Amino acid sequence: MTSIPIEYFLAVAAALFATGAVGFLLRRNLLVLLMSIELMLNAVNLTLVSYNRIYPHNHGGQIFSFFVIAIAAAEAAVGLAIVLAFYRIRKTVRSDEADLLRN
Amino acid sequence: MKALELSCFAVTALFVLLGGLFTVAARNPIRSVMGLLTAIVGIAGMYLMLAAEFLAAMQILVYAGAVVVLFIFVIMLLGPSAMSPRDARSAIPRYIGAGVFLAASAGALALVLATGGPATLPPQAPAALGTIEGLGRELFTDGIVPFELSGALLLVAVVGAVAVARGKQLDPTLQPRAPAVGAPDAAAPKAKELHS
Repeated sequence: MTSIPIEYFLAVAAALFATGAVGFLLRRNLLVLLMSIELMLNAVNLTLVSYNRIYPHNHGGQIFSFFVIAIAAAEAAVGLAIVLAFYRIRKTVRSDEADLLRN
Repeated sequence: MKALELSCFAVTALFVLLGGLFTVAARNPIRSVMGLLTAIVGIAGMYLMLAAEFLAAMQILVYAGAVVVLFIFVIMLLGPSAMSPRDARSAIPRYIGAGVFLAASAGALALVLATGGPATLPPQAPAALGTIEGLGRELFTDGIVPFELSGALLLVAVVGAVAVARGKQLDPTLQPRAPAVGAPDAAAPKAKELHS
């Protein structure tokens, strides 16, 4: 696969990151917010791997995105646990209802 | 050969972009998860094109195998209330923020396109790039400290997730469970303590 310019992959990654960020700003469902974060992390991973393809003398980008995958898994587990705990208090998953610290 | 590679790229790019849009736009969270799965599979295909075979396998195993299933478990656990009702309250600032971000990213893309450099074709990759042997050799020499630290992080995340999700009712403002009719009197003082 050496005939596709690397910019194509970077453009797809940028579009995916923009999609995830707009979703994070627009949606109010906590589950969808977590999924938008996963989309953005995936876009960053794609960028890292693409640049590693242009500079193939070491695995810096791929190792970095390996760690990003590990941390994203941890983040999803803790985030979903927080969503469950929040649902137990408020019986909803709307992010607007997360105002326990207001008053 | 070139047409084949381009069509592979087009299919995976379609998976990624449509999956991302579907994730963000779907009203039902289960459909959002399916969109996320589509995007993840498309990105794994892109990793294969970018000589990152090990990462493609990890992407499928960790994301499609673990994270997506975790999301589905939580959505099934929440039931119908996973789908939040729609209302117009405080929607305007969100749309303004998202519009500003979208305009900024479109402007950045236009700036990058305006420079108009030649397309960067990737060089011939060494045979070890992205294989388990090449990546593992580097991971266990230069990256051994962050590797071990990420193991500790995952352990802490597992313990923390269990501790947060276990749901002991420690918050006195929460509604205690109503005592059953005809329950023994020993249960009554406890309920009063929770109320106070």
